[in-house]
Amino acid sequence: MELLSLSAVELGAAIREGRTTAVEAVEAVFARIEKLEGTLHCYITLDKKRALDNAVRVQKKIEAKELQGPLAGVPVAMKDNLSTEGMLTTCASKILKNYIPSYSAQAVLQLEKAGAILIGKTNMDEFAMGSTTETSAYGVTRNPHNPEHVPGGSSGGSAAAVAAGECFFALGSDTGGSVRQPASYCGVVGMKPTYGTVSRYGLVAYGSSLDQIGPLCKNVEDCAAVMEIIAAFDEKDSTQIARKDTDFTSALIRDVKGMRIGIPRAYMGENPQARMGKNPEIYREKSAQGLDTEVRDAVWKAAELLRSQGAVVEEFDLDLVEYAIPAYYTIASAEASSNLERFDGVKYGLRAQAQGLHQMYKKTRSQGFGPEVKRRIMLGSYVLSSGYYDAYYLKALRVKAMLKQAFDRAFAAYDCILGPVAPSTAPKLGESLSDPIKMYLGDIYTIAVNLAGLPGISIPCGMDGKGLPIGLQLIGDCFQEKKLLRAAYTYEQRRNELLVGEG
Amino acid sequence: MAREYETVIGLEVHVELATKTKIFCGCSTAFGGRPNSHTCPVCTGMPGALPVLNKKVLEYAVAVGLATNCNITRYCKFDRKNYFYPDNPQNYQISQLYLPICREGFVEIEVGNGETKYVKKIGVHEIHMEEDAGKLFHDQWEDCTLVDYNRSGVPLIEIVSEPDMRSAEEVIAYLEKLRLIIQYLGASDCKLQEGSMRADVNLSVREVGAKEFGTRTEMKNLSSFRAITKAIEGERNRQIELLEEGKTIVQETRRWDEAKETSYAMRSKEDAQDYCYFPDPDLVPIAVSDEFLDEIRSAQPEFRMEKMKRYRKEYDIPQYDIEIITNSKHMADIFEATVDLGSQPKKVSNWLMVETLRLLKEKEMDPEDIRFSPENLAKLIELTEKKTINSTVAKEVFEVMFAEDVDPERYVAEKGLVMINDDDALKKVIEEVIASNPQSVQDYHNGKDRAIGFLVGQTMKAMKGKADPASVNRLLRELL
Amino acid sequence: MAERIDDETIAYVSILAKLELSSEEKEQAKKDMGRMLDYIDKLNELDTEGVEPMSHVFPAQNVFREDVVTNGDGSESTLMNVPARKDNMFVVPKTFE
Repeated sequence: MELLSLSAVELGAAIREGRTTAVEAVEAVFARIEKLEGTLHCYITLDKKRALDNAVRVQKKIEAKELQGPLAGVPVAMKDNLSTEGMLTTCASKILKNYIPSYSAQAVLQLEKAGAILIGKTNMDEFAMGSTTETSAYGVTRNPHNPEHVPGGSSGGSAAAVAAGECFFALGSDTGGSVRQPASYCGVVGMKPTYGTVSRYGLVAYGSSLDQIGPLCKNVEDCAAVMEIIAAFDEKDSTQIARKDTDFTSALIRDVKGMRIGIPRAYMGENPQARMGKNPEIYREKSAQGLDTEVRDAVWKAAELLRSQGAVVEEFDLDLVEYAIPAYYTIASAEASSNLERFDGVKYGLRAQAQGLHQMYKKTRSQGFGPEVKRRIMLGSYVLSSGYYDAYYLKALRVKAMLKQAFDRAFAAYDCILGPVAPSTAPKLGESLSDPIKMYLGDIYTIAVNLAGLPGISIPCGMDGKGLPIGLQLIGDCFQEKKLLRAAYTYEQRRNELLVGEG
Repeated sequence: MAREYETVIGLEVHVELATKTKIFCGCSTAFGGRPNSHTCPVCTGMPGALPVLNKKVLEYAVAVGLATNCNITRYCKFDRKNYFYPDNPQNYQISQLYLPICREGFVEIEVGNGETKYVKKIGVHEIHMEEDAGKLFHDQWEDCTLVDYNRSGVPLIEIVSEPDMRSAEEVIAYLEKLRLIIQYLGASDCKLQEGSMRADVNLSVREVGAKEFGTRTEMKNLSSFRAITKAIEGERNRQIELLEEGKTIVQETRRWDEAKETSYAMRSKEDAQDYCYFPDPDLVPIAVSDEFLDEIRSAQPEFRMEKMKRYRKEYDIPQYDIEIITNSKHMADIFEATVDLGSQPKKVSNWLMVETLRLLKEKEMDPEDIRFSPENLAKLIELTEKKTINSTVAKEVFEVMFAEDVDPERYVAEKGLVMINDDDALKKVIEEVIASNPQSVQDYHNGKDRAIGFLVGQTMKAMKGKADPASVNRLLRELL
Repeated sequence: MAERIDDETIAYVSILAKLELSSEEKEQAKKDMGRMLDYIDKLNELDTEGVEPMSHVFPAQNVFREDVVTNGDGSESTLMNVPARKDNMFVVPKTFE
């Protein structure tokens, strides 16, 4: 049995049925890591000993029938902004280069309780700020499909590790597309749940009102199984909603008959950039980037497939999406500027030597943060400063409210919205960082989802001419993950049949 | 020729709430303990930690708001106040700026005595909930600062008055009134010295008759009524001097140095004085329902005025006693509990008014610091009633009880202080006293009645105080 | 085109953000912030009059905990990552004058 070709749920079943063991699974993953990690660099921290010790312990419990869940014994990787007790948690930043949390994030605890085996912490953009994993202070991660290309970001290490078989599934965090976009670039399934579905306790905050933890998996079934575990209610996160409908695996039904799917014209039209803004400079950049025709065609093909399975697919006008990016960067930067104030050299992490308190603060933060983090902290401080708060921050929160209303109108007519995840497939390393705004514009399809708190899922829907994966995005109304999972599962099952037929 | 100035004062009063746990986490608020022992990821700003509001904090804040005639904000939120300082582990304080829990209230104060006495309403602009900061200690040896987060996250309410006060006397009356209200609510012990009540004074001066307020300064670090009075006087004079010299007053925060009785500006070029307030995205809004308000309202205690009225009706004690006893919720509680245990109100009141007040004054303590239990006071009263001990011994026992809350019955038994009421034993001692003091006996027989006092004293001394002076007197006269 | 963000603003924001920027970083920051703000100005195309600012996506309210002590002595966990420690406390450069 080729262990690494199994999905997480298949591996879990194999372990429960005695066909393999948790220890073998961990060994297999580490063998793969030893082979590929030198090239890909998916991880910041790996702990084989801890993983093996846990695997032995979990295996015993499985054999004693104390642990029977679908993911018991399955190796998992965590994005390095999820706190892990006793294991380095750097957020890919120099400022936390030696920080070892005294507690684990709630999502990590839930998975460990379910018997998943933590093997390490994945690379990411520093503090989740970026779309390529290139802003990491610990080096870039390479796309397993082509090491010349980025894995996407900010959860790039998690996506690449799943795609490369360096773990069976991983958790990431999605503030503006950071789970869905790297999933798309790496050809795996990534889900951003409805805001408030997964406890954020222990997730190092970037934009608190936008951050959600989400799974990156080999397929939709794994995604549903992980969601079911990490959505457990936790009273330590005031913003978590106590949901009773977290039996997500019950939505793994191959049936989209009558499901109404809307495609925003602005997302997919012949000339999507025409709506992207009236600012000439921005317009040019958008035109230059635009929606890649290969991506567009693959996404249209996916829509047609769903139509063939009985879904009602229509185009419609989704208002205001072009305002999502400026609103997002205002809100996320503002929250980030405050959330990252705690990194000051007093309590943990880097402390620069300096005369006097304020010099210590400034030197620590200037040495500890990378350029992208500084850029967002500066912008965030500016938009919150007195005199600008109303004009920028409150304005953005008003636009957010309008955007939410636009989605409410859309979901009155449709069960889900379909579109691309990103305008293109994974860019080459080094192509994106030179121009921040250009990089931000790449988030056009994912960001509005975070602002409106909606669930979204990214599923592979083809490859471009260079052999890089293309992602399909399905967006649901709040708390409608099950509709997304059903549509995604139907799509995935039918597409696999077709691929086998073609193959 | 000399211009006359009016002082305009507004107060920001911070009160530490008497909750068992911190405002946003399950750490204890108890004083003491090793540094940083009452801490967790939430109150030390660990990455990823999140706050959850302690319901009791909201209940106390609303209770204080109702007692100070405020409008309760039915939809309120927490905001982040961003500033870097090591006592603040997140480098932002969770507070309320935009939608504080209470607004637009007032308290009535009485100022002055007799002829000059007047009543005045002091406006309460708002009350908001927030978290306290940690404590900083200066380490002399290494010339650095040490940080302890045990107090970080202890719940506070900040009561912001309108600039309605015009003198230190009004300020003290206002603070006394707030303190009494909050103590009655049990929302805090309100001790200035220990920092559970802190007052920052906003002060400006203007010429009498002027319509506009002058530029104000904010004075911090005032830890006693005396310091507040001194600081108001000092700041008023400082501002007037500046104005007289034609200089302008800078709006700034100043720190009172109690030892030097002077203040200095707390200025730093690193402080932008821009707190970048915004709603805390980690906390959800609070919607105060009618039911919640009714619950708090129905749980409001009997306040001082009602209590005084009831005392007048129920207990036969002087008006002056009533005023003193009800001026401290703690003392009133002790009074009522002791009476409930069967002691005579007048006796209880006497112990509180005479011995208790004397010891409080002597030891520079507040009535809130009284530690003896009503049970022990009741026992002590019973011991004197039954003449088990005499009044001199009772006072001695009370002093020990005041200090250590000992059980007077056990203490009296252990120390052998029980009064000797056996006439035969007493007679024996008196006979010895008569025998050894012939001169006094002679004086007595010669009509010098004062001599009997001396003989009683000698007898008491020989009895080590354990005799009833009345019995001694009676027996002495018999034997002489 | 006049620079939207001047040196003074950069200096002010650096104090708020507690960052010390090199002169190149300052120039870059001026450029980046200016461009971002130009871009953010796009929001002004929208009439948001009468729209309530939306902090929370859901009308979640009244999340409380009971006033019960749940945490024991946390000092070792609290201090385990401290860069400088003395007497069970965090050491920082002196704050007192």
